[in-house]
Amino acid sequence: MATFFGEVVVAPSRAGVDDDEEAREETPEDREIRRELEKKREIEILWTLKSGASTESSADEPFACSQFIVAIGRNAAAFLSSFILDSVCWEVVGVVKLWNEWCRTSSTTNVLPTDSFCLFYRLISDPTVLLCQCSCYVAEDQQFQWLEKVFGCMQKEGLQVTVLSTCPVADYKTQESTLTLPSPFLKALKTKEFKEQVCCPLLEQPNIVRDLPAA
Amino acid sequence: MFVPCERGGGSASSDFKGFTLLMPAVSVGNVGQLAIDLVISTLGMTKVGYFYTDCLVPMVGNNPYATAEENSMELSINAEVYSLPSKKLVVLQIRSPFIKNKYRPFCQTLLSWVKSSKCARVVLLSSSHAYQCNDEQLLGTPLRYLLTPDLEKAVGGLMQELNWKEMEKVAAYPGINDTEKVLHIPGGGITKLLFTESCSKGFQMAVLLKFCSEGDNIPDAFALVNYLNEWLQLVQSQVSASNNSTDASSQWKIPSSWRLLFGNGLPPALF
Repeated sequence: MATFFGEVVVAPSRAGVDDDEEAREETPEDREIRRELEKKREIEILWTLKSGASTESSADEPFACSQFIVAIGRNAAAFLSSFILDSVCWEVVGVVKLWNEWCRTSSTTNVLPTDSFCLFYRLISDPTVLLCQCSCYVAEDQQFQWLEKVFGCMQKEGLQVTVLSTCPVADYKTQESTLTLPSPFLKALKTKEFKEQVCCPLLEQPNIVRDLPAA
Repeated sequence: MFVPCERGGGSASSDFKGFTLLMPAVSVGNVGQLAIDLVISTLGMTKVGYFYTDCLVPMVGNNPYATAEENSMELSINAEVYSLPSKKLVVLQIRSPFIKNKYRPFCQTLLSWVKSSKCARVVLLSSSHAYQCNDEQLLGTPLRYLLTPDLEKAVGGLMQELNWKEMEKVAAYPGINDTEKVLHIPGGGITKLLFTESCSKGFQMAVLLKFCSEGDNIPDAFALVNYLNEWLQLVQSQVSASNNSTDASSQWKIPSSWRLLFGNGLPPALF
């Protein structure tokens, strides 16, 4: 297509499928590269058992969980660090190891606030209360895997999940300009099974949530 | 893949035997998806389930078809199924793009769901880059259709009566060899893949598409949904007094989620 300046460019399509991608068949080398890349992008969850030894999550039975609070993004993770977490009442019980183009997390549980990490904590007085601080970016193709592996480890009967996240005010769609909006402000989304009072207004259309919080 | 809603209907609400499945391709201008929004919103269709899939970017929001405070609080995600048994219509809406390398598995899973749910036929709404039109395509209607051989037998005659134009094939090697022709739908997303798979697997599928560009695609969506209506007669077309043509545009209800498509209000400090 021609731009206003008269140059001819290939316009990006919202379809998201490049014609090249669809026309080209995968060679065995392509397949091998793709498989290696998929393996590198796999998510590993390491749970720390009572004895202190680390083990793969797949071998364990699902553990009882009544409350699961997930903080996604640096702001939400910092909120938990500042107001909820402390070394007296909470203990680290797991860590997620992942890699993508934006960040890499390690299996260490001794992290700095500026690191990218994804840690699980448990309330010592009530081990069914679990908390997750996820300050690393989980890529599109890893979000479903993260979801399945994390929730695959817990018993889902009677489980209440709370997701904390932040979005830029500039992304908020409203009739007035966002400049005049008193910020920061809270909005919520809830499933119909959630019967308790929500502490803030619900998110109105046309606003949406995407990526890991949505997953 | 398909997860039915838990409602009083039970298994009845996910019985689509003999139904027409209407769905969009995520394509240039999102025209197919906008057209589907108009169909669901106008016909007041009921959600009967969703697709649990790792092939689409996750998203969630409140009810995009809300008409009042009471019905605005139902959550809505990226791939949902709506139905209208009185018209034997089931509609799939897709609200986010495909994750890289996942569009093929999605197409395969979708077609096996179509087979297992015994839908009679599939109608795919799509679009294609207008800038790729050749000279003949620039003249006349920008709307095109495609039918798989199995559906051609059933409705091919009707398309002739409606005076519709079939999507032209293009030369596989333009300038070198003009005899070998292939189907080319640039910007159509999964349209070509779904269509060719349906042809080879014996599905009854129709593709309805419009040539367009990115921009304000609401008029394109209206054009496409009116085109669909010429065939499926989902809403009554009223004869327009001004130009004496049947035009169903006024019959379509714009959903509340179409507000603010082009940004927020302006800051007063700008002036």
